[in-house]
Amino acid sequence: MENYAVEMLHITKRFPGIIANDDITIQLRKGEIHALLGENGAGKSTLMSVLFGLYQPEEGEIHVEGKKVDIRNPNDANDLGIGMVHQHFKLVECFSVLDNIILGVEPVKGAFLDKDQARGKVEELSKRYGLQVDLDAKIEDITVGMQQRTEILKMLYRDNDILIFDEPTAVLTPQEISELMQIMHNLAAEGKSILFISHKLAEIMEVADRCSVLRKGKYIGTVETKDVTPADLSRMMVGRDVKAKVDKEDAKPTEVVLDVKGMSVASKRHKKNAVNNVSFQVRRGEIVCIAGIDGNGQTELVYGLSGLEPLSAGTISMCGKDITKLPIRKRSIMGMSHIPEDRHKHGLVLDYSLEDNIVLQRYFEPEFTSPLGFLKRKNIRAYAERLIEQFDVRSGQGPITITRAMSGGNQQKAIIAREIDKKPELLIAVQPTRGLDVGAIEYIHKQLVEQRDAGKGVLLVSLELDEVMNVSDRILVIFEGEIVGEFDPKKVTVEELGLYMAGAKREGKA
Amino acid sequence: MKKNNLLKNSGVQSLIASLICIIIGLFVGYIALLIINAEGAGKAIVTLIKNFLYYPSKPAQLKYLGNTLVKTAPLLMCALSVLFANKAGLFNIGAAGQYVVGAGACLYLALALKMPWWVCLLGAIVAGALLGALSGLLKTAFNVNEVISCIMFNWISLYCVNMLLANVKESTSPYTLPLKANNASALLPDLGLGAFFTKNNYVTIAIPLAVITAVAIWVLLEKTKLGYELKATGNNKNAAKYAGMKENRNIILTMAIAGALAGMAAALLYLTGYEQWSTSQSSVPGMGFNGIAAAFLGGLNPIGAIFSSYFIQHITAGGAYVDKTMYCAQVSDFICALIIYLCGFVLFMKTAMNRSITKREEKAAAKNKEGGNA
Repeated sequence: MENYAVEMLHITKRFPGIIANDDITIQLRKGEIHALLGENGAGKSTLMSVLFGLYQPEEGEIHVEGKKVDIRNPNDANDLGIGMVHQHFKLVECFSVLDNIILGVEPVKGAFLDKDQARGKVEELSKRYGLQVDLDAKIEDITVGMQQRTEILKMLYRDNDILIFDEPTAVLTPQEISELMQIMHNLAAEGKSILFISHKLAEIMEVADRCSVLRKGKYIGTVETKDVTPADLSRMMVGRDVKAKVDKEDAKPTEVVLDVKGMSVASKRHKKNAVNNVSFQVRRGEIVCIAGIDGNGQTELVYGLSGLEPLSAGTISMCGKDITKLPIRKRSIMGMSHIPEDRHKHGLVLDYSLEDNIVLQRYFEPEFTSPLGFLKRKNIRAYAERLIEQFDVRSGQGPITITRAMSGGNQQKAIIAREIDKKPELLIAVQPTRGLDVGAIEYIHKQLVEQRDAGKGVLLVSLELDEVMNVSDRILVIFEGEIVGEFDPKKVTVEELGLYMAGAKREGKA
Repeated sequence: MKKNNLLKNSGVQSLIASLICIIIGLFVGYIALLIINAEGAGKAIVTLIKNFLYYPSKPAQLKYLGNTLVKTAPLLMCALSVLFANKAGLFNIGAAGQYVVGAGACLYLALALKMPWWVCLLGAIVAGALLGALSGLLKTAFNVNEVISCIMFNWISLYCVNMLLANVKESTSPYTLPLKANNASALLPDLGLGAFFTKNNYVTIAIPLAVITAVAIWVLLEKTKLGYELKATGNNKNAAKYAGMKENRNIILTMAIAGALAGMAAALLYLTGYEQWSTSQSSVPGMGFNGIAAAFLGGLNPIGAIFSSYFIQHITAGGAYVDKTMYCAQVSDFICALIIYLCGFVLFMKTAMNRSITKREEKAAAKNKEGGNA
């Protein structure tokens, strides 16, 4: 009988119309780092939510330290020594690091906080595990990496022995990632048991002892990482071989389609410009990628380009015409297509049918609206059916499916179909593959390259370094609202890019 | 399976939810009557439901059915005003005030300027539209929530209209001059419709006009580019902006159309001569507010609103016949208010129904799976 910290046995969790977890068994040994691998929608988050008491499974049981337990809410989980670092940190921005760590379990002397005692304990923990933090800094002023270390200290301060990391590397630079790996090794060496959720193979190979794979809600298997190759894991995850590289020829850029000069966009959150004096060009036949860590002005840059936000300085021209002051509709008609970052916020009217969303950028054209202002429903249906067929958008009821009921991947395909079929001169794609599975990502990358080869300018904004390196012809790195470097993806390494993304290096301005 | 599909249809759900709310409302009303005076409760609630059927003779029944319809028309218009704004994501609680300026405009045009009925009708529509547009403008230009500005405009309009109409009131009463005696040309034509209701002179083109407007609003919302844009703005204004729709223009336009509908509501009542405006009233007429209840009871559908408006007017009129020796005069208003209040729970009922259906489906799915495994 092996000694397990946590066993999740035959867990089944259903949601309306889908079985998120179908008879899944995961056993976490004491002191091991156990990776949980799966595509988006494979059921990893659901499974962790079950362990953390956020969902109750219909079937199966959970054992902690060999005893059957009933986890009804996160407090139960905490009492059992289970802690979690969420993908999106749960920190109070305007509190100090120390305050955040003790929040909820504050030590008191009479009616007053006893922060000295807490400080001693946190300092001791931070030294023991090599977790560098500035206890008195406010969360809003520190780096994402330090925020994550704060989250880890929160778990340790609560004496949690079972630690769950939910995609912890998504927001980190390569340097921060390797630091995190070291921290995880330290924690495991001290006897903590770690569940590590990820879909990045390299990290799993580097840090995990064992790896369990989920696919479409089903348990595929558990392997020792030393016995397998990344390709093996990938096959287990996707169920087939996946090409890591995007097939494409070298770019043959021609005339300039987008010319941005000295562009600044004011920030809504602080007094500084979110985008500060940025200049660049996009030519026909090339994919230019804006790389950077989330929150460095990419969102505002795109808002400024698409017309969602006004510029505070600078000019934008497209196909040789100044569009700085033009409204969104005019830019769209002139040939700008925009695959937005947030498909639910901007990209779709979720309660509209699929066909109504497909014509969202063109409903006013004579093809779809009569001179008297009546919609030409027949033409809309025919057009939607053509795009659904051509772009393989899958849905329950075809054109009349309410978009909310569609999967994320197919929602995204619908947007891409709409934006590409508009025959744009310039295609702006912002994180077009976010939250999609490998198959859909492949498809979307192919579409972007096709657009490039058809002589369009493509501006890709991405947080995924793999995507940046694979798809782009030219890389611009953005840091704190400024372009700090320009690279050829064939001549630069991921580590080099990381240094620029983190602000450690920047090119001298010409 | 088929039964479930039918239940999942949004229209069917709205209908069932509305009927359930009506039944609960009547039941709670009955209990309230029991508490006030147990003896007459049964009879009173039946009276309420019977409305014009209270009269034994057929001609009298028809005549009073006519009266109920006369007041249904403006209620329907107010309901349309509320639901139209709602489709674009706005809450037009200002229908009451737009109704008031509509009344002020049409009565002043009719009595002071002696205009014919169609000018008065247009005047009411324009007045309501302007006030609605003003709320829209305040929202777009200064980010003033339309609910706040509308409530304030309700009161401002009431006192302004009271002042304006004081010029055309009867010397001995606070009521405006009767239309028939002072400017019969301002009365809405009846095209012989009154004859169907035992020579009820108040039955005019107002009633078919309101129904036609309801259909027109349905067409506008479902079939036109404008409806597509307004609903997109209401559902997700970020996506509407992303698609290049003019959000500000659409907000002002929506409020103007909603205001026009509420302004027209007033003309459809006061130009029949059925009521005279009291220049001493110190509360905003309830018509606009009842429009909110009618809109929700009708499932926020223009066609549904035709029936819900009639129902609300039906029990309100029925309330007048409740035995005044057993219940004080306000009791009918009280009961109607209770029922209308519960009508507001339609959306809640709909959500609850949906949840129970999904739960049942989940259970069935689980059962099927077990069966498959066995």
